[in-house]
Amino acid sequence: MDGGGIVFAFYVLAAVTLISAAGVLVSRDLLHAVLFLILTFVGVAGLFVLLSADFIAMAQVIIYVGAIAVLILFAVLLTPRAGRNNGETKFALPGILLAVCLAAVFLFVIHDVAWTTNDEAPVLGADQLGEALLTTWVLPFEIASVLLTAALVGAIMLARTPQEEAEDALA
Amino acid sequence: MSIGIEHFLTVGALVFCLGLGIALSKRNAIGVLMGVELMLNAVNLTLITFSRFATSERPIAGHTFVVFIITVAAAEAAVALALAVSVYRNRETVDVDQFNLLRS
Repeated sequence: MDGGGIVFAFYVLAAVTLISAAGVLVSRDLLHAVLFLILTFVGVAGLFVLLSADFIAMAQVIIYVGAIAVLILFAVLLTPRAGRNNGETKFALPGILLAVCLAAVFLFVIHDVAWTTNDEAPVLGADQLGEALLTTWVLPFEIASVLLTAALVGAIMLARTPQEEAEDALA
Repeated sequence: MSIGIEHFLTVGALVFCLGLGIALSKRNAIGVLMGVELMLNAVNLTLITFSRFATSERPIAGHTFVVFIITVAAAEAAVALALAVSVYRNRETVDVDQFNLLRS
């Protein structure tokens, strides 16, 4: 991967991803943090395209940018009196310190290991992904559908009001 | 000047550590959830990177793993946000340092 365009695209996408991820950390307003989070997801989707994982990039845009970001925005708007303050707890310093130490360890390992890589990208399309999901990994695939159903029912049960529950009991 | 596996892994590691810092330090429960989502996304980026650069008999396995992680992340986000809304209804706050009902 040494074309001029690829190098340029990588640095632009990496800068967008990292700067907006840092924006989630430093922004004081919770709504601004959600908007920075959406920008981070878009940047990671671009990096997926650069790694020739086009189906995963599309799924990232649809699920993360489309669904999860809207879900988080809804949660922010449904808790109106809780405040929009995105401040830190009093245990913020040890948490940040732990993250910085972990980052140092990761960067040391990544740059110290002599990676053996292949230069030509393997051809991986959505057709191969679908075949793998329905042959080799068909059992985890079915378990994932059960998990989604359980999460759906659980989220509805948790989020409805006692008033609605009483109405359902009468009906 | 070429882009190798180290560059993508560096971006993934930095996003993961930023997500960890957010999840450990934010006071708002929804802010904590945003940090968790960032961490999961960084792991996805790392998996796709290894799937692209490593020599393997079945390179599609990395993509499959990422599909399952996205599924679990979506389920987790839905349940966690429902919990946040439910807690807000009872306590009028979603600050994690106000969740001290069990403290004697």
